[in-house]
Amino acid sequence: MKSIFTKTTGLSDRPFHYCPGCTHGIIHRLIGELLEEMNLIENTIGVAPVGCSGFCENYFMCDMIGAAHGRAVAVATGAKRARPDRFVFTYQGDGDGASIGLAETMSAAARGERITSIFVNNCIYGMTGGQMAPTSLVGQKTSTSPYGRDAMTMGYPLDLPKVLTQIEGAVYVASVSVDTPQAIKEAKKALRKAFQVQRDGLGYSFVSILSTCPTNWGVTPVEALEWLQTKMKPNFTLGELKVPATEGGSEA
Amino acid sequence: MALLMKGNEAIAEAAIQAGCRLFYGYPITPSTEIPEYMAKKMKAVGGTYLQAESEVAAIYMVYGAGAVGERVMTGTSSPGFSLMQEGLSFLFAAEIPCVIIDVMRGGPGLGGLGPTQADYFQLTKGGGHGDYHAIVLAPSSVQEMVDLTKEAFDLADYYRNLVIIAVDGILGQMMEPVEFPPYEGRKLEPKTWAASGAEGRSKNNVISYYLTPEIGEKENSRWGAKMLRIKESEQRFVEYRMDDAEYAFVAFGTCARITETVVDMLREEGINVGLYRPITLWPFPEKGLSARINQIKGWMSIELSAGQMVDDVKLVVNGKAPVGFYGRQGGMTPEPEEVVAAFKAQLLGGVQG
Amino acid sequence: MNSALTKYKFAGFGGQGVLFIGKVMAQAGMLSKQQVTWFPAYGPEMRGGTANCSVVISTKRIGSPTVGKPDIAIVMNEASYHKFVDSVVPGGTLYVNSSMVPELRSREDIRFVRVPVNEIAHEIGEAKVANIVMLGAMQAITPSVADDMLEKALMELAGKKPELAELNARALNAGKEFAKNL
Repeated sequence: MKSIFTKTTGLSDRPFHYCPGCTHGIIHRLIGELLEEMNLIENTIGVAPVGCSGFCENYFMCDMIGAAHGRAVAVATGAKRARPDRFVFTYQGDGDGASIGLAETMSAAARGERITSIFVNNCIYGMTGGQMAPTSLVGQKTSTSPYGRDAMTMGYPLDLPKVLTQIEGAVYVASVSVDTPQAIKEAKKALRKAFQVQRDGLGYSFVSILSTCPTNWGVTPVEALEWLQTKMKPNFTLGELKVPATEGGSEA
Repeated sequence: MALLMKGNEAIAEAAIQAGCRLFYGYPITPSTEIPEYMAKKMKAVGGTYLQAESEVAAIYMVYGAGAVGERVMTGTSSPGFSLMQEGLSFLFAAEIPCVIIDVMRGGPGLGGLGPTQADYFQLTKGGGHGDYHAIVLAPSSVQEMVDLTKEAFDLADYYRNLVIIAVDGILGQMMEPVEFPPYEGRKLEPKTWAASGAEGRSKNNVISYYLTPEIGEKENSRWGAKMLRIKESEQRFVEYRMDDAEYAFVAFGTCARITETVVDMLREEGINVGLYRPITLWPFPEKGLSARINQIKGWMSIELSAGQMVDDVKLVVNGKAPVGFYGRQGGMTPEPEEVVAAFKAQLLGGVQG
Repeated sequence: MNSALTKYKFAGFGGQGVLFIGKVMAQAGMLSKQQVTWFPAYGPEMRGGTANCSVVISTKRIGSPTVGKPDIAIVMNEASYHKFVDSVVPGGTLYVNSSMVPELRSREDIRFVRVPVNEIAHEIGEAKVANIVMLGAMQAITPSVADDMLEKALMELAGKKPELAELNARALNAGKEFAKNL
């Protein structure tokens, strides 16, 4: 019988612990596939964050380091500078990359660290059970914004990829989603480019991926995809926001 | 041939000679000569100096480099050391070898830039969360800073544990003649655990959490056993005129140097005193001190703090003799005469001499 | 070498080379097989343009490298004079840069040696060697090391450029000559 799909060798056989309808699994698969397709599994050092994806070292078949909350990019910097020949990526949530680790993200971008950050934005803190994130939308109800995020006192969601386009050392910045088959294809394309930018030694590459959290949003998986499409997308800049100079300039 | 060298620079040079090729740090007085020396010298030896955006980032860069199995170091001073505490706890749990230099200055708060030893609790009792210990070495001369720095990397690799070299601002800033003799290191196992890229082997994870309390307890027990092994094997101290001493001072670092003068002064007055100088602050050298318990009529801890190590002395003396304390704070250092007077007042009842 | 342990303080404006002559003394002590320490004031003390360092030269192990009560002190400006004049031990010697410090003698129990080092350096043709002139004066009156050791230390630390070495040697001698004629 002809095989039309096999699980990537970039991922282990361990079942994901993620909730039904969560898109971490899809993003993991894309990364696993790319590690395999780009022949990177044995050359890669991945850095796991703290958050829902804090156990992702169990899934990726490359060597992995578990970081403290917010420190994944610093850990990746230390590893990459120690082993410049290795492919080094961080996998982070919105709390990790845009709140507690914002200084690390910005500074690594400014230094043009030859690492790739995969930033999974679901507008909420999943692991701790649905608290407000730096990316939570104005009006969004969470357990620490029970009356809705009030812009006057809690500010606005941070559009991190858009900010990063302003930083010289960030040479590839993309903001994608995984809510439709087409979007998943686009996301994989962006990840591939980000990985290649690091392989080419061009600088920091960053891919933001809009993701769902049905459990903490309090909706069904299908409703979660609708919420992502109708509520999240208007609040975050989408697309390839910055590509390397070799692809037509340092600005998108 | 001896060279006249600043303590901070001597540490940096010793680290390079010990094979450290990665330094991540953030400048802070009075430790800044360490990153400056590294920034200048790493290039020539094919190493990397990287100025981190903060001490928080610096300690996790150390974590990353240590996790891939390379020899790595950072150097800082007290407020920066405070910022690193979470990282120290993570480094311990992930069992990542590394060397950290703390050139202690005044606190609490922004404090002052003057020399202190007031990080003692933070260094030895675990400034970060959880049950953990760093191996803490306390040199008292520039030469010892060189010798212990070289050894620190071996200790770190041997035990897969963080090692901290604790000096006060005086030792960091002072110059003394120093030599760099060839160093014969420990026999060390290859770092097969490192997350350096899974080429030709199954993958490695270097992590610091456990999914269940059962695993958590097991891991903590394993670490506890390692701590016991270090406690058993690595206690170090030096004694000065202790053989016939009736009273003993306990002091480390710069305070030990000052106290040597104090011992000589009191001996000239016919009072038999000695100095017990811990070289390892953790493990605290209990064994050597215990061996003197029946001989010593009174102990006195001399520190650049409000009295921190004195607690450890009291734990070992365990009420068998009085334990006095004299210290200066905020960047001040005691003159030997002050210590002599404090000793007489506290341990001789102010009657002799 | 009459004393087993000599404590020095070198003080002045930043740029007057007081840390440097302290290093030269420490280096000379080391070359003479003695124990030495050199310790700079650092941090806020350094701001505002003043600098000082402590040097200890001893035939036995040195306790504290900090010097609260120097046997010998050099003060190159008036601020340093006021800061350290009272700290010198009774019977000690205070070398004063008389080019910059007015005739002040607030104590009877120490020796004041006033040397117009700026003028002497100017005559030599290089204002920057005023510190070396003072080192020469100190060597003539209160030596802790042999002349050749001091010269060797100066050579090692100042670099071996012939014109620089020659200039320093002249400055050192000029200081010595001035002191001998006091």
